[in-house]
Amino acid sequence: MPDVWSQYSKKVMDHFKNPRNVGEIENPDGVGHVGNPVCGDIMELYIKVNDGIIVDAKFKTFGCGAAIATSSIVTELVKGKAIKEALKISNKAVAEALDGLPPLKMHCSVLAEEALRSAIEDYLARQKSKK
Amino acid sequence: MRRIYLDHAATTPTHPEVLKAMLPCFTEAFGNPSSVYSYGQEARGAVEKARTKVAKLIGARGEEIVFTSGGTEADNLALKGVAYANGHKGNHIVTTSIEHHAVSEVCKFLGRRGFTITYLPVDEHGLVDPDDVRKAITAKTIIISIIHANNEVGTIEPISEIGKIAKEAEVYFHTDAVQAVGHIPVDVDKLKVDLLSISAHKLYGPKGVGALYVRKGTKLMPLMQGGEQEKRRRAGTENVPAIVGLGKAVELAGQEMAKEVERLAGLRDKLITGLLEKIDHIQLNGHPTRRLPNNVNVSVDFVEGESMLLNLDLEGICASTGSACSSASLEPSHVLLALGLSPEQAHGSLRFTLGRENSEEDIERVLDVLPGIIAKLRAMSPLLKKQNRS
Repeated sequence: MPDVWSQYSKKVMDHFKNPRNVGEIENPDGVGHVGNPVCGDIMELYIKVNDGIIVDAKFKTFGCGAAIATSSIVTELVKGKAIKEALKISNKAVAEALDGLPPLKMHCSVLAEEALRSAIEDYLARQKSKK
Repeated sequence: MRRIYLDHAATTPTHPEVLKAMLPCFTEAFGNPSSVYSYGQEARGAVEKARTKVAKLIGARGEEIVFTSGGTEADNLALKGVAYANGHKGNHIVTTSIEHHAVSEVCKFLGRRGFTITYLPVDEHGLVDPDDVRKAITAKTIIISIIHANNEVGTIEPISEIGKIAKEAEVYFHTDAVQAVGHIPVDVDKLKVDLLSISAHKLYGPKGVGALYVRKGTKLMPLMQGGEQEKRRRAGTENVPAIVGLGKAVELAGQEMAKEVERLAGLRDKLITGLLEKIDHIQLNGHPTRRLPNNVNVSVDFVEGESMLLNLDLEGICASTGSACSSASLEPSHVLLALGLSPEQAHGSLRFTLGRENSEEDIERVLDVLPGIIAKLRAMSPLLKKQNRS
């Protein structure tokens, strides 16, 4: 396994060591749950939305170093973005924002994208039911 | 930063005296043991001396030792060798669900080629029930292969009891003793095994060499065809420096074992007790008493193994996990799952395997550092929150 660690970029290690936006948002506007225990990665992403803009994002993650880093960076990427723009964030964009991920860890960027998508879908569903 | 190596089940540093014994084999004593002149005779002498030392440590005869490229080749030779040489007698193999891949993958391979494999379960401590072995044996069974001491959780299996059953049933009995030889007393007659695998680099010898003990009279088909080395059981020019290294390593292990078993068991118990005291929601994996003197394996709830390892590595501490976040499958350790752990617990496992250079100070350092790492990771764990809610 440590052969993968040598492929972790400085940015991955920075987000792993000092993850941004850890925690939950009280009364969130959208929550995404993805992953499963068999694969060893579970992500939860919380978003707060004002006038169609994501004003806050927080995460909780059970997973490896890369899973923590992708969770952390995706919260940074979405903050301040309009819902429409946030939906365009791909797993590639997540990986690129971390200066790349080892090939065996690309699934962690997919998980981060899915967590974001799931949170936004939850937000949109809640909006719909309000109307 | 001072590094603390606590992964001796993965590999061990070569003992300085082992290296010293090996070095002349690269230079002045470079001969081919099959050559008749003095250089050859010297090399032959060195190989045979090493063979005697290996045999002595496990209570065997020199002629029953076949040098291999390591534990994996020894396991392959034992299983395929017996399967192919005894196929006319039957096609059934009995093994367990907690074998090292060097055994389990060979069994799977044979399973795809006409052999039937029975994978026995283990209890929550990783122990195989000898009665299950007895019940699994059929008229078609040709070999039983059961790991001596498990590499992940350190559980020591009731090998001699199973050996008795195998002998009564007249079925060959192999044990992968890679984690046991040099670490706990191993005697092939007491264990009643016909085949036993050894690896040098797990006992402070070099990588790339091991041995298979083959009881006299055991029918075995070689994996390698070629020269007449190893009494035709393993063709290829002997890896003389490595074999000499293995010889020195087993000699030293034999001398130091009694003292080292006691010392390591003390450190092991200090680490286990400390971890259970300092960290909540943690459990010991493997058997509480029937375990290798150097093995500590715990599962820490709500956190994933690799993230713990990475944090430990940043503190200079090298350990291991049964989480498989980097392997292609992503599925955690088959051993931990066989013990009945949930996937979360298996992903949250940590293994520390101690060795001769570890001290009490190293254990204290782990106990100082780990609780903080776990607290930090738990603060970001979605699993902990669910636990509190429920």
